[in-house]
Amino acid sequence: MRALRSPGLWLALALTAAAGAWPYFTGSASNREVAFTILLSVALASSLNILLGYTGYVSFGHIVFYGLGGYMGIYLLSERGVSLWLAVLAGGAIAGLLALLLGASILRLRGAYFALATIGVNEAARAFINNFQPFGGPIGMTLNFRLYDHYGGAARALWMVYGVMLGLTLLVILVSYLVKNSKFGLGLLAIRENEDAAEIMGVTAPQAKTWAYVLSAIFPGMIGVLFFFKNGNIEPHDAFRLHLSIEMIVMVMLGGYGTVLGPVLGAAGYQRLRGMLLVSPIFKNIQLAVAGGLLLIIVLFVPAGAVGWLRHRVPVLRKVLE
Amino acid sequence: MSDILLPSLVDGLLLGFVYGIAAMGLSLIWGVMDVINLSHGPIIALGMFGIYLIFTNTGLNPYLALFVVALAGLLLGMIIYGVAVHRVIDAPHLSTLLATFSVNMIIIGIGTALLTTTPRNIDFTLGSLSVGPITVPWTRVAAAFATMLVTGLLYLFLYVSRPGKYIRAVANNRVAAELMGIPSARILALSFGLGTMLAAIAGGLIATFFPFTILSGGSYELKSFVICVLGGLGNPLGALFGGLILGGLEGLTPAFMPTTWVPVLEFGLFVLILLVRPSGLLGSKS
Amino acid sequence: MILQVQGVSKWFGGLKALSQVTLDLPQGQILGLIGPNGAGKTTLFNVINGVYAPEEGRVIFMGQDVTGKKPYHVAHMGMARTHQIVQPLNELTVRENVMVGACFGRENHNLNEAQQIAEQVLEFVGLGDRADQFAGSLNVAQKKRLELARALASRPKLLLLDEVLAGLNPSEIASMIQTVSAIRDQGVTIIMIEHVMHAVMRVSDRIVVLDYGQQIAEGSPEEVSKNPKVIEAYLGDPKLAERLGRLSHD
Ligand SMILES: Nc1ncnc2c1ncn2[C@@H]1O[C@H](COP(=O)(O)OP(=O)(O)OP(=O)(O)O)[C@@H](O)[C@H]1O
Ligand SMILES: [Mg+2]
Repeated sequence: MRALRSPGLWLALALTAAAGAWPYFTGSASNREVAFTILLSVALASSLNILLGYTGYVSFGHIVFYGLGGYMGIYLLSERGVSLWLAVLAGGAIAGLLALLLGASILRLRGAYFALATIGVNEAARAFINNFQPFGGPIGMTLNFRLYDHYGGAARALWMVYGVMLGLTLLVILVSYLVKNSKFGLGLLAIRENEDAAEIMGVTAPQAKTWAYVLSAIFPGMIGVLFFFKNGNIEPHDAFRLHLSIEMIVMVMLGGYGTVLGPVLGAAGYQRLRGMLLVSPIFKNIQLAVAGGLLLIIVLFVPAGAVGWLRHRVPVLRKVLE
Repeated sequence: MSDILLPSLVDGLLLGFVYGIAAMGLSLIWGVMDVINLSHGPIIALGMFGIYLIFTNTGLNPYLALFVVALAGLLLGMIIYGVAVHRVIDAPHLSTLLATFSVNMIIIGIGTALLTTTPRNIDFTLGSLSVGPITVPWTRVAAAFATMLVTGLLYLFLYVSRPGKYIRAVANNRVAAELMGIPSARILALSFGLGTMLAAIAGGLIATFFPFTILSGGSYELKSFVICVLGGLGNPLGALFGGLILGGLEGLTPAFMPTTWVPVLEFGLFVLILLVRPSGLLGSKS
Repeated sequence: MILQVQGVSKWFGGLKALSQVTLDLPQGQILGLIGPNGAGKTTLFNVINGVYAPEEGRVIFMGQDVTGKKPYHVAHMGMARTHQIVQPLNELTVRENVMVGACFGRENHNLNEAQQIAEQVLEFVGLGDRADQFAGSLNVAQKKRLELARALASRPKLLLLDEVLAGLNPSEIASMIQTVSAIRDQGVTIIMIEHVMHAVMRVSDRIVVLDYGQQIAEGSPEEVSKNPKVIEAYLGDPKLAERLGRLSHD
């Protein structure tokens, strides 16, 4: 396996594992919450990167998979009494299935049209769930507190969910690496650079794009279940927040799209920055504006993101920063 | 049945004009420079606050204040273009989407800090117009007339004035326009300014009859997307018709299903049209 | 016959870019495709390899009707092409560009094999020392070679070359012609669009001439260069006409 000898992969995994282990050392629940948010962002950004960074398709509504997965999982947990594990898998499966269906349709659209369509899909899904009584309509669903007893009580359950989140994040990074360094991934990169030329060279673009979309949707679906299980309730407004979708894009861009390490660093950096702005009395109120300003500077002056910029500037680093 | 249906349809159509003018701004920018302006919503909200602040502080008639807001919208748009868009105008779509979205974040961030998110309301009324079973506030009628007036003026500007002709030339083929000596950067800035001006005017008109916050522009932005796809991205007049279609739809559906289903229908239709006819029901760039 | 084009027509709006074009191409030949600017040569390539579906007529490749089939479909069957306007995958390295051809073309190689093929092919077209560079950083002549390398890496049966000589200097042209002949000697059938007359006349077994989408002549290089219709078509372009005239006096 070439993967095992890749310093780039180990670097990304080690950084994530180290950050993820930190709450275990301190044993602090508030540290754990901070780390959970960071891991969640890393995993979401890395999943999105498979579509956005490798394939070059801008999904503005990617959060639809997270929301739908979350809804599916919470429904199964609270109404059908299945285990968390099964719920997480079901969340991933329903998200993957939706992506497969969408892949056959909206992935035919290119550029801005695709981006617009993904926004439409997210809004339609939100509006639909809002009316869908089995999922609680506008009120959503709340988990019965006693459900946590199956997992040794609320406190234990939260640590367990954290552990699963950490494992899932490491898995996403591994998958992201394996995709990028596979033949499939080479086809995706070719599509990103020039879809017409790629097809002429024999890349079966419709199929490759669809699988990239499915892959980038499954993990958000699973993560949605974990998040809303931890959260205890789910509402349409929380589950399909377009804003979170766009934050995912910002994280990928910040770190460097199309690289394995980029979304990891980008997501962690973005969340740290946000955390800092939120506690600072001066920036608390305008943290969104500061984040916007930062994004603008990156888009205008460092479009390749931090890792991409380094790779271009310092070719020797290309072996380490994948 | 029809005594519920008719008033609600008229209501929807009048609102449709305002949707139309908001969407026209988005459509104009798309048509000229292939940029989807994601700061559209916050600018609509700024238009609302513009009218509100002028009216509550000086008591100036909102329709006169609209001129000030329009001018401010034009200037703001030209500044946004110069700062955020011009540098990435030829980059892939992602860059302009993100650049305009960062402007969105900046406006919302500062706006939330300065203006809070408590709903505001302009204390202004013109009374109501009653015809048969239909009663509508005059402010809605005035908004529809203002929209038609602005649309007329916009087309006059695009077809008669020199800068307007330049805009059409740049929209048609920027490279060729540059070869003919048209200062494309200035024309692009002007077009962006006109697009945001239309958004600000739409916001100002909405503020005369609905309460609002700095976040209120978001839903009009989403509606503008739907409308642009209905009317054809890059086709301003199509946007006005698209607005009327959407407004009519919103007016009619409550008679057949709960209003909460309206957005499902709207966005479902939106995705469907993108799939079957990405150039829009009424065709794209005219 | 490796390729048969039967009565193909293609419209762009009101413009008939191809009108009832018919040709048969036996295995192992080089067919030269010439004609004034805008004659429809590139469009014919686009119809042959599935970029556009023709409104009329059929394209038969290796005995199979491929009319309206997607470009990747015909690529898998063994058709490869280069572009008149180069289409490098800018943010990928030169090696990766060529590996795409090897991975997804006729032979469907895995990454390791593709890498080896890429090294060989890059050596063959003279880009061996550029393999690690980003494709976007090459100059135009190098990008043209990259186009050729990607096409060759797919080990095609039929190779469509769209003006590979354009913009090259005389010595580069000479070496490219050698390269093309060498490819043919490996058993690859070639259609070659070219404006550099002496070159195309020298390497082609047969020539087809297009003008305003019409096929106005077909035959050996000698026959075609003496054909009055061809000379007339090129009269709009006196320089070319003169060159044609000179060729027929040689
Ligand atoms: N996608 C297209 N849409 C509309 N018209 C097109 C398109 N592609 C080509 N044309 C037109 O079709 C005609 C034939 O073009 P084509 O590119 O095939 O010519 P060509 O023989 O390759 O010319 P050249 O020697 O300049 O490369 C031209 O008039 C061209 O403008
Ligand atoms: Mg050509």
